[in-house]
Amino acid sequence: MHQTKVKVAEDALDANTTIANANRHDFDHAGVAVVNLMSAPGAGKTTLLERALEARGDVRIGVLEGDVQGSFDADRLSALHVPVVQVNTGNGFGGECHLDANMVRSGLGDLDLHELDLLIVENVGNLVCPAEFRIGEDAKAMICSVTEGEDKPLKYPLMFRSCELVVINKTDLLPHLDFDVERLIANIDRINPEAEVMQLSARTGEGTERFNEWLFAIAERRPRDAAAVEA
Amino acid sequence: MHELSLSSAIVDTVIRHARGRRVSTVHLQLGALRQVVPASLEFYFGVVSRDTVCEGAALELDLIAALMGCGECGTEWDPAPDPLHEGDPAMMLPQFRCPACGAAGAEVLAGNELLVDSIDVEDDGPGDVGPPLPSHSPNSLMTGG
Repeated sequence: MHQTKVKVAEDALDANTTIANANRHDFDHAGVAVVNLMSAPGAGKTTLLERALEARGDVRIGVLEGDVQGSFDADRLSALHVPVVQVNTGNGFGGECHLDANMVRSGLGDLDLHELDLLIVENVGNLVCPAEFRIGEDAKAMICSVTEGEDKPLKYPLMFRSCELVVINKTDLLPHLDFDVERLIANIDRINPEAEVMQLSARTGEGTERFNEWLFAIAERRPRDAAAVEA
Repeated sequence: MHELSLSSAIVDTVIRHARGRRVSTVHLQLGALRQVVPASLEFYFGVVSRDTVCEGAALELDLIAALMGCGECGTEWDPAPDPLHEGDPAMMLPQFRCPACGAAGAEVLAGNELLVDSIDVEDDGPGDVGPPLPSHSPNSLMTGG
C-alpha cells in the first residue's frame, strides 16, 4: 500500500454549476427569464411578490417556492392565479437551508416554462447558503428589512456581493425604529458598490412600483432566439 | 452554517476522483471571500465524510487572501479590513470600492477559491482506475445544507 497524489483541480461546486447550466439551457429554450430572490427569514419576500403579481399585467409569471417545510407561501401566491410550484427541502441531510440547482430542477417538471415570461424563485430564507448555489438564474436579488440591523452587509458579504439588486423593505416601520438607513446604504456600497438599492414597503405598497419595473424588465432579458421561435 | 453544504460538495467531488480508493488527505484552496470558518469546515467535513472513502481523511486548507483589481485605474488591493489602520474606523471595514479612484465594479483577482486541488489516496496496485466519475452521478447531487 502506498500513497498516490491525484491532481483534481476542480471547484467543489462544479457539480452544482453543471446542473445550473442545464437549467439555464432549459430556460433559454423556453424563452423564460429567471430571478433568484433571497433574504433572511421574515424579510418580506412573499409579501413583495404578492404586490408584484398583483401588478403583473401581461407579464406571464410563475413562482418556484423553496421552503424547508410546508406550503404556506405557495398557497398565498397561488391565490393570485399564477402557477406556483413548491419545493420542500426538508428531505435532505438535516433539512436543506437553500435551493441548489438540482432542487430547482426537480420542480421544473411541474411548470410549463413555455407559458412563462418570468420565473421567480423564492429561495429558502437564509442569508448564507443560498448565495453559494447558482440555479441558472438571470439575476439575483435580495431583500433586507429595516428590522434587521445596518451592519448586515458586513456580516453577510457573500450574499450582498452576489446580488445585483438590494431591496430595503419595511420602510413604513422607520418612524418606530432607531434605524439608520444611510448607514445601511453606505455598508451595502462598501460590500457591493455595483448593486442597485431601492427602499420600499411591501406592506403599504410605497415604492413597490420601482421593484416591479426592475422585475418585469428582467423578463426582457429572454434570449433573442427564443423570441424568434415564438414569432 | 454553509460549511455543511460546502463540506458535502467537497466530499462529493473527492469521491468522484478517488474512484474507490481510500483518501488520506484532501488539499483544498479556500479563498477569503468564501466566508468560510476553517474550523467549522473541518468539523463538518469529518461528519459528512463518515462511511465514505474520505472517512478519517485530513483536510489541508490553503487559505488564499482576497485581491481586487480596479478596471479603471489598475489598483490592486485586499478588500479585508486593515488592522494596521486601527485609528481610522473607515479602514476597519471591508472595502470593495476602489480605494484609489472610487470606482465600482472591480474584478476579483483572488479570494473566490473553493478548489479541490489534489487528494492523497492509498493505492494498492499499479492498475489504472480510470478517469473521475462524471459530476452528474447521484452522489454528486447531494449538497447538504
